[in-house]
Amino acid sequence: MTLLLLAIAVLLGSAVAALGLRRFPRASALAGALGAVAGCTLGAVAAVPAAVGVSSGDLMLPWSVPYGSLHLGLDPLSGFFLVPIFFLSAVGAVYGLGYLRPEPGRSRAGAWFFFNVLVASMVVVVAARNGVLFLLAWELMALSSYFLVIEDLVTVRGESPGVRDAGIVYLIATHLGTAFLLAMFLLLGGSGSLEFDTLRAAGGAAPAGLLFVFALVGFGSKAGFVPFHVWLPEAHPVAPSHVSAVMSGVMIKTGIYGLLRVLGFLGAPAAWWGWTLIGVGLLSGVLGVLFALAQHDLKRLLAYHSVENIGIIGLGLGVGLLGQQAGLPVVAALGYAGALLHVVNHALFKGLLFLAAGAVAHGAGTLHIEELGGLQKRMPWTASLFLVGAAAISGLPPLNGFVSELCIYLAAFGGAIAPGRAMAPAAALAVAGLALIGGLAVACFTKAFGVVFLGEARHDRVRDSHEVGLLMRTAMIVLAVACGAVALGAWAVVPHLALLIEQVARQDVSAPLHDLSRTLGFVALASASVLLLAGLVAALRRALLRGREIGIAPTWGCGYVAPNARMQYTASSYGEPLTRLFTMLLRPRVERKLPVGLFPRSGSYETHTDDQARVLLFAPVYRLLLWVAARARLVQAGRVQVYVLYIAITLMVLIAVALGK
Amino acid sequence: MPWVDIALVVLILSCLRLLGGSRLVACISTVALQGVLLGFVPLALHGVTVFSGVALAALTVAVKALLLPWFLRRAIREASILREVQPIVSLNLSLLFGLGALAFSGWAAARLPLPPGAPSLGAPTALFMVLVGLFLVVARSKALTQVIGFLVVENGIFLFGALFAHDTPWLVEIAVLLDVLVGVFVMGIALFHINRAFDSIDSRRLHELHDLVLDAPSANEGTP
Amino acid sequence: MDAPSALTPLIALCVAPLLLGVINRTKALFAGRTGPPILQPYRDLVKLARKGAVYSHTTSWVFRAGPIVTLAATGLALLFVPLGGVPAALSFDGDVVLVIYLLGLGRFFTVLAALDTGSSFEGMGASREVQFAALAEPGLLLGLLVIALQTGELSLSGMMAGLAADGGSWIALVFVALLLILLAETARIPVDDPATHLELTMIHEVMVLDHGGPDLAFVELGAALKMWLLGALVTGVALPVPGGPPALHLASGVMGMFGLAVLVGVIESTMARLALVRVPQLLVGAAVLNGVAFFLVMR
Repeated sequence: MTLLLLAIAVLLGSAVAALGLRRFPRASALAGALGAVAGCTLGAVAAVPAAVGVSSGDLMLPWSVPYGSLHLGLDPLSGFFLVPIFFLSAVGAVYGLGYLRPEPGRSRAGAWFFFNVLVASMVVVVAARNGVLFLLAWELMALSSYFLVIEDLVTVRGESPGVRDAGIVYLIATHLGTAFLLAMFLLLGGSGSLEFDTLRAAGGAAPAGLLFVFALVGFGSKAGFVPFHVWLPEAHPVAPSHVSAVMSGVMIKTGIYGLLRVLGFLGAPAAWWGWTLIGVGLLSGVLGVLFALAQHDLKRLLAYHSVENIGIIGLGLGVGLLGQQAGLPVVAALGYAGALLHVVNHALFKGLLFLAAGAVAHGAGTLHIEELGGLQKRMPWTASLFLVGAAAISGLPPLNGFVSELCIYLAAFGGAIAPGRAMAPAAALAVAGLALIGGLAVACFTKAFGVVFLGEARHDRVRDSHEVGLLMRTAMIVLAVACGAVALGAWAVVPHLALLIEQVARQDVSAPLHDLSRTLGFVALASASVLLLAGLVAALRRALLRGREIGIAPTWGCGYVAPNARMQYTASSYGEPLTRLFTMLLRPRVERKLPVGLFPRSGSYETHTDDQARVLLFAPVYRLLLWVAARARLVQAGRVQVYVLYIAITLMVLIAVALGK
Repeated sequence: MPWVDIALVVLILSCLRLLGGSRLVACISTVALQGVLLGFVPLALHGVTVFSGVALAALTVAVKALLLPWFLRRAIREASILREVQPIVSLNLSLLFGLGALAFSGWAAARLPLPPGAPSLGAPTALFMVLVGLFLVVARSKALTQVIGFLVVENGIFLFGALFAHDTPWLVEIAVLLDVLVGVFVMGIALFHINRAFDSIDSRRLHELHDLVLDAPSANEGTP
Repeated sequence: MDAPSALTPLIALCVAPLLLGVINRTKALFAGRTGPPILQPYRDLVKLARKGAVYSHTTSWVFRAGPIVTLAATGLALLFVPLGGVPAALSFDGDVVLVIYLLGLGRFFTVLAALDTGSSFEGMGASREVQFAALAEPGLLLGLLVIALQTGELSLSGMMAGLAADGGSWIALVFVALLLILLAETARIPVDDPATHLELTMIHEVMVLDHGGPDLAFVELGAALKMWLLGALVTGVALPVPGGPPALHLASGVMGMFGLAVLVGVIESTMARLALVRVPQLLVGAAVLNGVAFFLVMR
């Protein structure tokens, strides 16, 4: 616990130092980054033992706020979520040192200050043991990330309105979610105390169903479940890339943490909770990846993929909940293990992808997919690292995405064959849905990697791209190696998670986890074998081609005399078969100008896919609110006499009521 | 009774074929197949001993599998309708709806207090056919496909009766068949005349007819 | 792992190209021709392996890695697939998912190699390929879930062995559905025409248009192994497992595969290729068939 407190102190201290040194941009950046790395290292050393169940003391300080106390603790759940927080933040800080170049006339000290505050607030959110402290840290997390999102607002080039809009959407969305959390804690506090230990020991807080819904909405809007995800594709693209990585990788996971923590207060779960989570998970997964397919901006595409992966996590949680409720320890263990492993895996590969996208923005100057191309030759490191991330997020062996998805598949299959077959329909839905999500993810990431990095550049200004510096590359390499390490080492880690999963599932899970470890061991062997086999085949190819003639020629263009880079398949065309199939869900706006005449000169075709949750759900609600507010404005007449009249009337009414009794 | 189960499975598959089929003639053939199976199912359940049972089966096959499909095919030819189904709900979604309707039918049938002795697949199949027929009426725009939907609904009700009502008087069954026959004939004749007047049997445009009914004297001056 | 199980991947490696030969011969017989000799695919492989290679200057290492990774992934997946009731060389609970996702890994790299050429033809083929795969995989996994539900096993070898004692109309539905998915994944009529050479109508053929020499040999061998793999699933569902010595099992498995090849040849000769917009419907139909089988098994 002392190490954790030290970590928080280092983070906050370096934040202040970065702000204080803002006149010396290099020193302030160094202070911020080094402080972040140091604090995160200290914190990781504290978190890892806690995750596997080594208990350490709590910090308990009284506080004058009613119901509040400064109570921090490290149980397996907190420890597990702290590990990716510290790891990804440290890597992001290293990346940010290379990415946030100080511009003349503009200090980036603010970015470092808020970054370190964000990390510290995330740590307190996950380690808090008191409801008031939790909410306070939650709000601090939201505010610091808001300031990071709009960090790019005022640059030397002037204000960017898109950034301001994104910030407003984010602020509103996060506070809407916090409102539900407030309501939930109000209901929970009815029992007299908001200490997490007391609430968990009491079990069965009532009304459990309503609390579950509030928790789902409140934490779900932070996590990014559909339809509360509308802020994600706005906020993540405009933030600096290392901030996007941290937000997408760990900040939205605090929503999952909160949901798991509150589930612990609600006692035995009802079946409809599991079904709801499965439904929400499937909806988020499928809609997230479909909207990602329709995007033209690389970071917006990645943001929608975060929605999809949160959906997969929700699916795993739902299956685990159903298993817990049905008394099937195998299903509960595998479902929760899959969801928790995916929390870590997603942090790793989504962080990697966002950092690589930032490198693309840095090196090529644009994130517009239709203008990019051929970056594999000019930015080989970034390209290969993006490929690792793309293969990982598509859930392909031999990387880590496959490991967590396999756990969820095994949970579903296990639930189907369990005696009684009560879970079979849910299992069928989960399996088919997960397969569909995986297939669509492959489509989306082959599009993203293929169009951005392969082929030739589609626009002249991209032809002079350059590779990024050592700091940014190192950060990406660390994450890529971590992805591989998790895939190959998961079998060893899983048995140590027994205490964590028992805390969540409230059942004895040592036997299922042992079997899971064996299965993951086989998977690790298979992953290593596929690499070995590929090496053998490559050697065979080299042996076959030795001494033979190897020519270089232009790509076959069906005999066309002057092929150019604009003839390549575009990203929109690549995704068109799938987006057309699901056009009822995506509802893209199409603007086309057809070429006319016998010798047509030009034509154009543009598609824009707006977020349908925003268009169909939130926009009408806001319009209604604005209409009501406009009507209510009649009360504000703007003249002093009217206001004094209001006071006078109120006074007379009060006198009449008080004296008339 | 494995044959009855196989017949019921084929009935389910035929309904799925109707949901996903895009060619009108194939849909009519599928309904004819349903008619044959529906003639066979009561025979297999109650035995070939009673003459009235055999006669009923023969009559069912004659009406549902021969007469009505012939009439519908003739309607297509006479009205020179384009031989493609025009879906309001896409065919993929229709298939997925079919799966959902099957699951719903299974769930609902498990909760019905049914008499024993009937195959367990019977009630879900019957309910499924009714739902599919209703869906076809709602989600297809050609009037002819709505007639097909009506026929499928009637098939489902017939199946329900055949499976569970052992002692329905023979006369009632005949009367029901006659009703269906007359209904389809009337619909077919109406279709023919509508198509002749308006060159279309797109049922979404049928609501335009109501203008004519309201101001009948001036209807002769011009059709919409 | 005993001797017959260890033999299954070797048999697959040696006999898989023969399946292509059988299919081509069946199609030729239907068309009234004599057709190529059954051993022609082997001669093609040897011929390709003897050639040099030409690469486009647009491509990078991804293009060269595509056929390699596809062959390696499909080859590894073969180790988990049983044949004719003989358990596979390796098996563990959940290897079903591993096999399907290894095929997905191969597809991922094939598609990327296609996009690396910077040609619109390959891009077109790649986009259709990922669309069909995204729709076929749910159906395939749902079918395997139904088999798992009925047999209570979670590994491919266990599932195929457990099916031996089973009957019921649901098996016919799963068989048809898996056959449709096999036709889609191995690029057969009615989904794709392996004999056409119009770039605008190809799917799998066009993705490998720019490969030549040993790379193309790897691609062809990988495609044959993929057909063997999916075919083993289909025949495992359809055929009863005979009693007797394991050699009989292996022989009946191989005979079943040839029977399947003839069936595929007959389907290709009697059906026309579907319009591309109808293929999703076919795949959704396969998934729905598996759904009906699920419903029947649950009763």
